[in-house]
Amino acid sequence: MKKIIRLLLFAGLLGVLVINIMNMPAILSVDAPSYNDSIDHYLEHGVEETGATSIISAILADYRSFDTLGETIVLFTAIIALLSVLKVGDSTRKEG
Amino acid sequence: MKDQVLKTIARIITPFIQLYGIFIILNGHISPGGGFAGGTMIGTSLILYTLVFGVDQAKRKFSEKASAFAESGGIILYILIGVIGIVVAGHFLANKGAGFDMGTPGSLWSAGMIPLLMIAIGIKVASTFITIFHTLIEVKDA
Repeated sequence: MKKIIRLLLFAGLLGVLVINIMNMPAILSVDAPSYNDSIDHYLEHGVEETGATSIISAILADYRSFDTLGETIVLFTAIIALLSVLKVGDSTRKEG
Repeated sequence: MKDQVLKTIARIITPFIQLYGIFIILNGHISPGGGFAGGTMIGTSLILYTLVFGVDQAKRKFSEKASAFAESGGIILYILIGVIGIVVAGHFLANKGAGFDMGTPGSLWSAGMIPLLMIAIGIKVASTFITIFHTLIEVKDA
């Protein structure tokens, strides 16, 4: 009995998922929400607003520079985690 | 490692890798590349040095103190450039409004704060690479 209920629940969830995917706009469709004015804005005004001829750098370090700060902090957090895990064992080993 | 060929080649090739990494970082706003790519190159050149000459000699070249300085210095430089934007233009990480010299697009001295941010990212990425490598290789030794 429990198994049947579980299966029905998962079938219902699968149905919700499939209906949602069917309603999503097609990839590269003009109506897709990700295709908006920002792309045209970057391409047309990127050089005059940022001064960088490489549009990737203009987006990475100017329009989305807050995001890049987050990436840098991710690197910092990674190394703090690594050092705090590995170096602590090192110091206790020397004491003992 | 005691291979003389490896040592000689590594000694010759390391400055060129690092020079190319610096070139990629400084030209990040003109051509493809930037802080992440250039920093990775400098980091791998230091890893090559560690592999060939051993951890002890590499630690003398790039000590833990230098690593801590570069790690925090990269982020602090980045945030300081952002704070200049708050002081001058009123919002974080302002570029043109904060009065950075925009120059002519396409020349090396252009794009305001973008090259400065790229330098900060490059320092950070290079030091992260070499610090992780040194830490892991010491664990293996212990």
